[in-house]
Amino acid sequence: MINKTVNNVTEALEGIHDGMTFMLGGFGLSGIPENCIQELVKRNVKKVTCISNNAGVDDFGLGLLLKKKQIKKMISSYVGENAEFERQMLSGELEVDLIPQGTLAERCRASQNGIPAFYTPAGYGTEVAEGKEVRDFDGKPHIMEEAFKADFAFVKAWKGDEAGNLIFKGTARNFNPLMCGAAKVTVVEVEELVKPGELDPNFIHIPGIFVQRIFQGEKYEKRIEQRTTQS
Amino acid sequence: MLDKNGIAKRIAQEVQDGFYVNLGIGIPTLVANYVRDDIELEFQSENGILGMGPFPREEDVDADLINAGKQTITALPSASFFDSALSFGMIRGQHVDLTILGAMEVAQNGNIANWKIPGKMVKGMGGAMDLVGSAKNIIVAMMHTNKAGDSKLLKTCSLPLTGVECVTKIVTNLAVLDIVDKKFRLLERAPGVSVEAIQQATEGDLIIEGDIPEMKL
Repeated sequence: MINKTVNNVTEALEGIHDGMTFMLGGFGLSGIPENCIQELVKRNVKKVTCISNNAGVDDFGLGLLLKKKQIKKMISSYVGENAEFERQMLSGELEVDLIPQGTLAERCRASQNGIPAFYTPAGYGTEVAEGKEVRDFDGKPHIMEEAFKADFAFVKAWKGDEAGNLIFKGTARNFNPLMCGAAKVTVVEVEELVKPGELDPNFIHIPGIFVQRIFQGEKYEKRIEQRTTQS
Repeated sequence: MLDKNGIAKRIAQEVQDGFYVNLGIGIPTLVANYVRDDIELEFQSENGILGMGPFPREEDVDADLINAGKQTITALPSASFFDSALSFGMIRGQHVDLTILGAMEVAQNGNIANWKIPGKMVKGMGGAMDLVGSAKNIIVAMMHTNKAGDSKLLKTCSLPLTGVECVTKIVTNLAVLDIVDKKFRLLERAPGVSVEAIQQATEGDLIIEGDIPEMKL
C-alpha cells in the first residue's frame, strides 16, 4: 500500500505560499474543507486565487480568508451570500471570475482527467463567451472552455482510508471528487480516517491515486446556511 | 391576479407523469407543493441529488443534505447522490425533462436575464446558464412587472443575458404566455385579469388570438 496519511493539517498544507491557486470543494457551506480553511487563515497566505463554487459567508468558510484580504481572485459560480465579498468586488479590491456552475465542475473534471479543453453550450451569447472560441456542433453554437490549473486542491470527504480512497456523503459530495487530482497536490480531510480494508472497494467514490495527502479533520462545525424544516 | 403560490400552482399543471424536473430558487421551489399526487416524478437539485424529498423534521436536519438554495432537505427512498459534473451532465445532456426558473427579464425572442445588474448586484449565474443553454423545456416563473411597475416581458433584454432564445413558456401573476415567431403569445389570463391589463403590462409584442381563457387553478 502507498500510505497517503499525514499527521495533521499543518503537515497537510506544507508547501503552500503566497500567490498560489487553490481549489476548494463544497457547495455553500456543505462539504467545505473546514480544517484546511482554518489553517489557511492561520498561515495568513496572501494573494491567492481560489477556485470554489461559492465564497462562504461573512464569518465562515472562505469568508474568513476574504475578511483578512488574503484572496486576490475568486473563480466561482455564485457568491450571493457574502456581504464582504460584494463590497470587495464592487470596490475593485477583489478580482472575480464568475462562470457557470456546470462549466466550473467540468473544468475541474477536465483537469483531473487530462483533457485540456471542451465545448459547452452554457454561456453562449452572454458575457461569459467573450473572447472564447465558438464552434457549431449539430447546428448549435458552443464555447470552448479550458481545464483549470491549480497548485493545491483542498477536499473534504466523509470517510477515507490510509491509501487515500474516499467516500463522500449526501450532497456534501458536490465539487469535492472532481477536484481530486485536478491540482498539483490534492489534500483531503476526512471525518473518519480508517485502515485499508475497512472501506468496501465497490463503494469507493475516488481511488487513492488522485490523492497525495489525507488526514482526519480535528473538528467539524458543519454550519447550515438555510435551516428549513416542515412547519 | 396571482400571488407567488398561485404562479407555482399554475406551473405545477405543466409537470407530466414520468418527468425529471429541476426547480430554481424562489417561486419555482414552491411548485413542488402543488404537483398532483397521482403522477410519478423526480426532482433534481443541481448540487447533487435526484429524488429530492420535502423539508425535514427538526430532528432529521442534516448539514450534508441540502438543495441548490442551501436549504435542508430530505432524500426519497428512490434518491441518488452524485458529483456536480454528473449533475450538469444530466442537465446538459437533456436528461432532465423540465426546468423551472425565475427571471429579471425575458425578451420576446426567448432571451433571459437573471444573474446580474451591472454596478449594483452581482450574485452570479450559478447553474442557470447551463440550464438554459441546454434544456428543451424551460418555464419562467416571475412577476409580470418589477417593483417600479416596469414590464419584465420586453422586446429586448436590457440586463446582461443568461441565455439566448431558450425560454419556451412564461407564467406570471397576470398570465400564461409562450413564445412563437419571436413574439409573446397570450395563452391564459390570471383570474380577474383582463387582456387589456396584460397588454398594458407587456412591453414586448403580444399575440392575442381569439378569446383568451382564464386559468383553471
